[in-house]
Amino acid sequence: MTSLLVIIVLVLLAVALWQLTKIFDLTQVGSNRDTSEVATDDDNNVQGYIMFTFLAFLYIFTIYGLFKWGPLVLHTPASEHGEDVDFLMNITWVLIFIVQAITQALLHYFAFKYRGKKDQKALYFADNNKLEALWSVIPAVVLAGLILYGLYAWTNIMFVDEDEDTIVIELYAQQFNWKARYSGEDNVLGKANVRLIEGVNSLGVDMADPYSQDDIVVTELHIPIGKKVHFKMRSQDVLHSAYFPHFRAQMNVVPGMVTEFAFTPVFTTAEYRELPYMIEKVAHINDLRAKKSVELVAKGETALDPYAFDYLLLCNKICGASHYNMQMKVIVDTPEDYKKWINEQALLVTQVKEANATPVPAIDGATKMDSTKGADTAVVVKMAMK
Amino acid sequence: MSAEGHDHALDHEHEHHHKETFITKYIFSIDHKMISKQYLITGIIMGVIGVLMSLLFRMQLAWPEESFKIFNILLGDKFAPNGVMANDIYLALVTIHGTIMVFFVLTAGLSGTFSNLLIPLQIGARDMASGFMNMVSYWLFFISAVVMLSSLFVEAGPASSGWTIYPPLSALPQAIPGSGMGMTLWLISMAIFIASSLLGSLNYIVTVINLRTKGMSMTRLPLTIWTFFVTAIIGVVSFPVLLSAALLLIFDRSFGTSFFLSDIYIAGEVLHYQGGSPVLFEHLFWFLGHPEVYIVILPAMGIVSEVMATSSRKPIFGYRAMIMSVLAIAFLSTIVWGHHMFVSGMNPFLGSVFTFTTLLIAIPSAVKAFNWITTLWKGNLQLNPAMLFSIGMVSTFITGGLTGIILGDSTLDINVHDTYFVVAHFHLVMGISALYGMFAGVYHWFPRMYGRMMNKNLGYIHFWVTAVCAYGVFFPMHFIGLAGLPRRYYTNTSFPLFDDLQNVNVLITTFALIGGVFQLVFLYNFFASIFYGKKSVQNPWKSTTLEWTAPVEHIHGNWPGALPEVHRWPYDYSNPNHDVDFVPQNVPMKPGEEELHH
Repeated sequence: MTSLLVIIVLVLLAVALWQLTKIFDLTQVGSNRDTSEVATDDDNNVQGYIMFTFLAFLYIFTIYGLFKWGPLVLHTPASEHGEDVDFLMNITWVLIFIVQAITQALLHYFAFKYRGKKDQKALYFADNNKLEALWSVIPAVVLAGLILYGLYAWTNIMFVDEDEDTIVIELYAQQFNWKARYSGEDNVLGKANVRLIEGVNSLGVDMADPYSQDDIVVTELHIPIGKKVHFKMRSQDVLHSAYFPHFRAQMNVVPGMVTEFAFTPVFTTAEYRELPYMIEKVAHINDLRAKKSVELVAKGETALDPYAFDYLLLCNKICGASHYNMQMKVIVDTPEDYKKWINEQALLVTQVKEANATPVPAIDGATKMDSTKGADTAVVVKMAMK
Repeated sequence: MSAEGHDHALDHEHEHHHKETFITKYIFSIDHKMISKQYLITGIIMGVIGVLMSLLFRMQLAWPEESFKIFNILLGDKFAPNGVMANDIYLALVTIHGTIMVFFVLTAGLSGTFSNLLIPLQIGARDMASGFMNMVSYWLFFISAVVMLSSLFVEAGPASSGWTIYPPLSALPQAIPGSGMGMTLWLISMAIFIASSLLGSLNYIVTVINLRTKGMSMTRLPLTIWTFFVTAIIGVVSFPVLLSAALLLIFDRSFGTSFFLSDIYIAGEVLHYQGGSPVLFEHLFWFLGHPEVYIVILPAMGIVSEVMATSSRKPIFGYRAMIMSVLAIAFLSTIVWGHHMFVSGMNPFLGSVFTFTTLLIAIPSAVKAFNWITTLWKGNLQLNPAMLFSIGMVSTFITGGLTGIILGDSTLDINVHDTYFVVAHFHLVMGISALYGMFAGVYHWFPRMYGRMMNKNLGYIHFWVTAVCAYGVFFPMHFIGLAGLPRRYYTNTSFPLFDDLQNVNVLITTFALIGGVFQLVFLYNFFASIFYGKKSVQNPWKSTTLEWTAPVEHIHGNWPGALPEVHRWPYDYSNPNHDVDFVPQNVPMKPGEEELHH
């Protein structure tokens, strides 16, 4: 039915166009070869006025957009360097809006003002070195300023001082989830390679490396406020990108190499939820969800849960069919809460031992960890099962 | 008439005795005018397919996972069961939309059409340097288009790792089904496409250098020719690098090498790849990929410059500055590719270098924009559809270009990289702008191609609806990008955080659908005018360039008698020494007249 309607609409549209051109043809009287399809003074007049109207449209649409959609954009950065990024962003936006307002006004106003008239002759104005020098030098100077500030900020953000007191955490990406590995008390990550992936050791950590003995693997990222977190990232399959929009942080995760990014969170999750802009945003989202839920319930489906804000880690590099659903919750704690949380987490080494200790139904299950007692037990258990 | 010219005339008479069959005239033609039409029509067909795809995935984004019968009809039961678009076909549509629009429409469709039509006609040559190579170039393009379209019918679906085809995703069928046969066909199609592009580009370069008519010095070339010439040079420099990347990727996929792959564990097993790097692929890809956007936009800039001067009845302002800025953009375009890779994991120091070179491009771009605006100043603007599209192109180029200052700055790119902000930026600055340039070219040179006029009122409707819809689609898109919404998400419903962006997505899709449907006005106008348009006079726009001195009816060799001789620059509009407001390039200087533009 819908396709029939579409076809009818298309046919009618074609007929309407044909009729329109017919009408225009009938209004034109002329020889076989004519120039009636060339703009006349009337056309220039009409189009000139529309040009001017279009300028008004651009201005109104921009202002409307700023009011209507401006509140949607990311606000208050949740990291220390985010302040610098947003400051530079705001300066750049001011410049962009000034240039945009002036150039669009000139362009469309000239198109209106100098619309063609029969007896008018254009000014022969082919060149002016001073003018051209002016609009080469002004952008050059302005850009030089932006570049310098940008490079200063970039260097501060991207180069992590090895001596700095940071928490080292590995972000591990695979289709289609994130994991995090904490380096533990020694603050050094144990070596790892995808060739060592086995059972619960899904990150391929080298359990023989002394540095890996205190490593912790989790699926929810907790970080303490006010302390720089140094992320080292690995992927086991395809490119991913670790994107923390609220922290103004992003870095691709590349199989075969380790990439890095570091930032210092400045709001705990609880504090960020209480920011006025966030309260408003969440209320708005919950309004929308409530409305949607009414519709869903009417259709006999389940209603949506109400939304509470959490920081998120998203995947921002196309990584496969379920790319759109790859995320990890990020929680910024107070230092005390963070300490409490981390102490509750099981060490990877313990998990591996436990896994090896429990009877595994699959006979060819992984048991190459020989030097530990747990692994030995596993072998014994397996033999017993046979 | 000179003796030489007389000979040519005789040659020409002689040629007429050859009987042209349907095949030699319309299919395997070596006449640049016919080849240009072939490029245009193929480009339009590919454009229709590419735009249709975008409408389909825009509908999915506005009304996620809702059932539409049209999905089921177009995508079939496998990819749209019950009319709900599947997530892997969504990515395939995005990928093929990008590939088709960038390469098949805005590279081959735009350059192929207008370089072929205008280079011989505007420099006063009888044809391209090698008509045969020109024909081969078109047919390779045609074959590559067929191969690309045939990949849509592969069982596992077409390539779906984005038009940038970053490995490992594009290398491993285990990672995404489209990376099987679909990707193989994509790579084959692109390899053939690159061969076509190289043959075409070499031909354009040689023709511009060698076949200019008497008096046509490089500084008397219309700006169209300058941009086509420089575009061809960029293409010859950068396309082979993409070919090498594609070949190495084929090696990795089929012969087990490890150029781009290392340490991969997928589908429960470790793959043998060791020591390669996806970042290497990104470097190779963007070494073409960035110049590519200038391959797309420079011809549009040339067309706009030409149409603006003609329709303003004024010389283009700063002819030499325009040439210098094209050369500067061409040079800089080859040393800025890293700005696509600020957060790729490459050394951050490189990020600093690429920020610097990238923002430098803003300077020649600003010069161009200001020169166009000044060209309008105190003109006598003839607001034909071609002129409207030219003004529209300057408008979208400025709007889209300005946000480039944000994306080109590595610090700011961190947070907007790969979000909808990027999508909005490049669609305005190179997508819409280049399309406007192409439309301007079609409306302006249609009489030269088909000897008939397009209907101007339909042209006006086409422009204004397109102009409103283009801003309606891409202006709100900046905001959802700044809200942190990543591109290439099949649906945003997994993130309640983005729920408040849904209304914006509906608005964007509505504008896209309206804008898409109104392209039918253009298609109707174009095809109907080929057969029923009013017959054109020889020089309908009162233009100065040589193509309008050739007869309306197409003949082999372009001019019946001797080739025209050139005596002046191409922009003698409203020259105070003359009574008429245009003096064609082949009009000799009056005694005592001096060239004014130096």
